[in-house]
Amino acid sequence: MVQLKLTINGFGREVLVQAHETLLFTLRERLALTGTKPGCEQGACGSCTVLLDGRPVLACLTASVRCGGKDIVTIEGVEQNGELHPVQRQLVAKGAIQCGYCTPGIVMTALAFLRENRRPGENDIRAALAGNVCRCTGYAKIVEAVRAAAEEMAR
Amino acid sequence: MAVVRDIMAPFDLLQPSTAAEAQRLLARYGADAWVLAGGMDSFDWLKDRIKKPAVVVDLSGVTELRGIRPWNGGLEIGAMTTLAEVANHPGVQKNFSLLADAVRHVASPQIRNQATLGGNVSQDVRCWYYRAGWPCYRAAGETCFADTPVGRNREHAIFGADRCVAVHPSDSAPALIALGAQFVLRTASGERVIEAEDYFVGPNREITRINLLQPGDLLASIRIPSDFAGARFYFEKVRDRNVWDFPLLNVASAMRVSGGVIQSVRLAVNAAAPTPLRLRRVEAAVAGKPPDASTGAMAGELAVQGAVPLQFNAFKIPLMRNLVKRAIGGVEKAVWA
Repeated sequence: MVQLKLTINGFGREVLVQAHETLLFTLRERLALTGTKPGCEQGACGSCTVLLDGRPVLACLTASVRCGGKDIVTIEGVEQNGELHPVQRQLVAKGAIQCGYCTPGIVMTALAFLRENRRPGENDIRAALAGNVCRCTGYAKIVEAVRAAAEEMAR
Repeated sequence: MAVVRDIMAPFDLLQPSTAAEAQRLLARYGADAWVLAGGMDSFDWLKDRIKKPAVVVDLSGVTELRGIRPWNGGLEIGAMTTLAEVANHPGVQKNFSLLADAVRHVASPQIRNQATLGGNVSQDVRCWYYRAGWPCYRAAGETCFADTPVGRNREHAIFGADRCVAVHPSDSAPALIALGAQFVLRTASGERVIEAEDYFVGPNREITRINLLQPGDLLASIRIPSDFAGARFYFEKVRDRNVWDFPLLNVASAMRVSGGVIQSVRLAVNAAAPTPLRLRRVEAAVAGKPPDASTGAMAGELAVQGAVPLQFNAFKIPLMRNLVKRAIGGVEKAVWA
């Protein structure tokens, strides 16, 4: 076992992990942060997306032992003081959630994208979310929600 | 989730902080050691438990293998530099946009944040029979499961097959070949610099290998000379899904045009053969000709001469003909009658 110090959702955490363990496993099974969803577990679906030092990465393809000293944000760290983030609120408002399984990954990808793109066009949003698969709603409402969130955040 | 794929078999993890230390470890453990770069290819193998290395050497802590620096008027890119870093680098965008374009077509945004350039060119083939652990030629077995009348070979090779019909899956490799890149290897006998196209090993030479790296070797960096800086570039990738998918075929070209004719050109395709293919015959044939539709058409015809389709991949022949045609002759405007 390897002892890791990392920052998760703003809190310093120490956790013992195995060398052959993914960040997805560490988050869900050791830290009980089950908001990050296992989907394909081979890097194809985007449902396990988390922010590693601000960049969206796939937790299923990230070795936990590489995360020592890093800053990780998961879906549990997105709301502030009980208030949903505009991205979350707009996904709900636009009906962009059906089963909800892909939603945490989509929120994380969209957060990182909107931080660097204040006024994104539809094509930019589609390109940014290209790595996140949704099997229920189709993508129109998701794109609409991200654009509405951008507008809300710009206000 | 019917099958939990997220659990890998245990291995000993070694995390060197210098390239010299990494090399020492790789030399000590030889064929037992697995080199971990971005992990995008590695974790697939390890999670499926097809490969079960005793020792994994993680290169993520070796800072000297990361980053992009000026080199001889061109650029030197550390092998552990991520594809996103390559795509977003101002020097790459300004002078070698062919490479930025190619790596932007790899997989998905999340994967490009972790996948490395060294890993992209060094990754293994994606033939599903091989990846599933079937005892095929490439896995040191005695048959090919893809090259049969009913084998699933739509994605496989139309050139260069020799028992194994799998194709090389890299998108950056043809761009690097077109740019005349050099790969810097660290081997037991010292540093070795080779042309990009010579890095790849086909089944006719050694069927269980895909590149020159021997156990103990390290791909340290990739150098892009200034020859084609700011030249006329073309990259196109065709795949079933516009994200994540490996290429059915891709093409990359770098061209200097002067006085209305092609002065010099380098052209490569990938996913057509077990190694990226540099199309030297086409390069020679188009030199001195104008980069127009008729030269493009001739280039396309020449490029596919000698192609041998399998049961389900004959579509790759017109596809390659058209991609080469566009790379040399430009893209015709779509006409919607």
